[in-house]
Amino acid sequence: MDILYLLIPIAIIFVACALWAFFWSVNSGQYDDLESPAHSILFDDDEELIPDDAKQAARDAKVKHDSQQDG
Amino acid sequence: MMIDAASEQVRSCFHCGRDVPPGSDFIAQIDGKPRTMCCPGCQAVAQTIVDSGLDNYYRHRTGSSSAPEMAGRSLPESTLAELALYDQPSIQKDFVHAVDEHRREASLVIEGITCAACAWLLDHHLSRQPGVEQASVNLSSHRMRLCWDDSLTSLGRLLAEIYRIGYQGHPYHPDREEQLLEQEKRRAIRRLGVAGVGLMQVMMYAIALYAGALQGMEERFVTFIRWASLVIATPVALYAARPFYVAALRDLRSRSLSMDVPVSIAILGAFSASVWATVTDSGEVYFDSVTMFTFFLLIGRFLEMQARHRTGRAGNALLNLLPTSALKLADGAELLVPATELTVGDRVLVKPGHTIPADGIIRRGHSSIDESALTGEYLPVRHREGEAVVGGTLNVENPIEIEISRTGGDTQLSAIVRLLDRAQAEKPATAHTADRVASYFVAAVLATAAGVSLIWWQIDPSHAFWVTLSVLVVTCPCALSLATPTALTAATGTLRQNGLLITRGHVLESLAKATHIVFDKTGTLTEGNLSLRDVITLRGSREEALRIAAALEAHSEHPIARAFRPFATEPAEALESHLGQGLEGRIAGRCYRIGKPQFATELCADTAPPPTPDQFGHWLLLCAEDGPIAWLGLDDQLRQDAVDSVRALRALGIEVEMLTGDSSPAARDVAHKLGIERIQAGVTPEQKLAHIRRLQQQGAQLVMVGDGINDIPVLAGAQTSIAMGSATDLAKTCADAVLLTGSLGRLVDAVLLARKCRSVIRENLGWALLYNVLALPLAAAGFIAPYMAAIGMSASSLVVVGNALRLSKLVRRRPHNQPQAQENDQASG
Repeated sequence: MDILYLLIPIAIIFVACALWAFFWSVNSGQYDDLESPAHSILFDDDEELIPDDAKQAARDAKVKHDSQQDG
Repeated sequence: MMIDAASEQVRSCFHCGRDVPPGSDFIAQIDGKPRTMCCPGCQAVAQTIVDSGLDNYYRHRTGSSSAPEMAGRSLPESTLAELALYDQPSIQKDFVHAVDEHRREASLVIEGITCAACAWLLDHHLSRQPGVEQASVNLSSHRMRLCWDDSLTSLGRLLAEIYRIGYQGHPYHPDREEQLLEQEKRRAIRRLGVAGVGLMQVMMYAIALYAGALQGMEERFVTFIRWASLVIATPVALYAARPFYVAALRDLRSRSLSMDVPVSIAILGAFSASVWATVTDSGEVYFDSVTMFTFFLLIGRFLEMQARHRTGRAGNALLNLLPTSALKLADGAELLVPATELTVGDRVLVKPGHTIPADGIIRRGHSSIDESALTGEYLPVRHREGEAVVGGTLNVENPIEIEISRTGGDTQLSAIVRLLDRAQAEKPATAHTADRVASYFVAAVLATAAGVSLIWWQIDPSHAFWVTLSVLVVTCPCALSLATPTALTAATGTLRQNGLLITRGHVLESLAKATHIVFDKTGTLTEGNLSLRDVITLRGSREEALRIAAALEAHSEHPIARAFRPFATEPAEALESHLGQGLEGRIAGRCYRIGKPQFATELCADTAPPPTPDQFGHWLLLCAEDGPIAWLGLDDQLRQDAVDSVRALRALGIEVEMLTGDSSPAARDVAHKLGIERIQAGVTPEQKLAHIRRLQQQGAQLVMVGDGINDIPVLAGAQTSIAMGSATDLAKTCADAVLLTGSLGRLVDAVLLARKCRSVIRENLGWALLYNVLALPLAAAGFIAPYMAAIGMSASSLVVVGNALRLSKLVRRRPHNQPQAQENDQASG
């Protein structure tokens, strides 16, 4: 179990690094808005990245889905 | 199927969700389907959004968009000119930051953001404008950070783009207080992070230690793990927990004992004892308890702080009320200047529909002025030459020329803000139950600990330190100090989900104790704007009468005209406005008049005005050349659930009162309909404040509900104040809670939940005290091993938290006629 003498200090160094990174991210304003990032990930605004063939299929599925909902 | 769906949706506007007036035809193609819109404004905004390929917005939004202030596509010249003012360096110097030669950076406050999709839409629409380098909207503060290249675009143009998609942008000047808030928030997040990471690490070591204690572990590893825990726990105890020490010191200096004192004693005591134990290699360590305790308490504080920051910001609200530009008259020429550059003695032209830039005296012309921002009354007041007008109010009917008499800090608006400051300073302090309990408790614990150590010193000096410590740890006020915050956090969260945002800690407690609820009338009990109540046709059809009336009112800025907006079609020709009388115009070659009966019937000389249908509300007569056509009844309608809510509040044993600046019979009428007996009509903000002061001195626990600027001093002066969601930002900032949905029924729910919350807090406190009272003698006698103390502490905390979770549902409303049952319930709680 002597390995603990090595592992625990390493863990503490990791914690220190994590805290440093955390402080840096807070100070650079990444925590100023705690609401919108949670929503923005859900907005599929990446349509130009979808290959055209896949896009069409997705559209059709969506139209079908919509009309079911409307009905 | 599709057609069915379309006809289903005819009722409300696809963009803003308001009712679509029958017979109108505003359609926008969204997602390949025709969608109905309520007005050309919504249509233009929707079309702009779709045209710029951002129709995803409609898929993602979770609420209706706010209705645009003006038609989106073709912004009126005057708005564009006003926005272009922001390009002037003298204005920009206050809030625009030059990054380098061309790049500029500014913060804007955006109005009209309702959900995350709005932020997305603004981000994307602005990022696509040429010259924009970065646009990011902060959803919680409704602020946008904008970076652009000044050589490619201008701020005025970008602001116009914001208008075009249905929002409004204003420059944001952070004042000192707001910068402090920002720093406070960042510090709190850092502390929370340190405590959280520390908690997880120390817990892992603690599990090893506990397991070692049961199964046996080599002494050298125990010592080593203790040292590791010490290293991790130190920043938690010394950095993350600092706010508690600071507050405790402050309390001790002011000779009062709040919850912060036992919390600090517990954290510091347990920590230093553990350090001592580690260094001397004796006794027990409590690093896990220290970190866990700190983290839970910090979370509670953080959530409370976030709720407090969520409301509007006073400084900017005031800024928004005053216009940014004014038409200055110099040597006979009109000059558009920033309102901040006006000086006393300047002559200014105020066109109808524009806000008066500063306090002044009318030098030429006469008009009606909408003073609702100051007095809360929606009907404009007539002002003649030589009379004083107030900055921030709206000119409604005719162009007037005013001479500026006061600017900046001397204006009446600033005077109201000063009144607010005074009222806030004199606000009655609300003592927290927990703090009262805490002060006795702390005193008792300290006395006991001192006594125990003294006695043990006599019996066995070598044990004295550890027994004293175990007394302090056993009585560690974890459960006690969690008792109140957990209950408050749970109840606050529940109310927030149901549309009441609580921003100050004492609201739930004072709601539970409330004996009086005082309502403002306009905008609180009523909707706050005139709407068409009744049409009595004298001849012809109802639709015909409404069409003519709407055509006549089409171009008027008068609040009365707004009631006819939904029926708007083609405006009438040769429109003429007669001040305080009514309007005249031609439709299809025939002349019509609408307005006061006398005025309208003048058109058909031989007819006497027919008798007014009743005395309440406002009746307008519509007349053609050959006789009267219809009576149109306008009214400020009661909020939907006002009657029920007032009745329910009274059933809960709360006195309901109404305070209003309105002195017309309408005030009595509203009170009568709601069954409110105690009303004060026609009172000024000062009188309102004096009235609630009187009530408070008589021992009333008062809750004030209001919305306008005129209510602000009262809101600030009342023990508890609630602002309507539609209230001005300034009013929201001063209020302790904001009724987001505008549904008064939520107040009843809040009172019920607050009462339940009070009983949960009492149960929690009772349990925590009981536990301590039982454990204390055992610890003092030296029977309790430290691990037992730790388990007992955690278990009692869990009980408290579990009990608080009962508040995560609203209390079901009982039938109104059972006040007796509720009394009993409270007594048992």
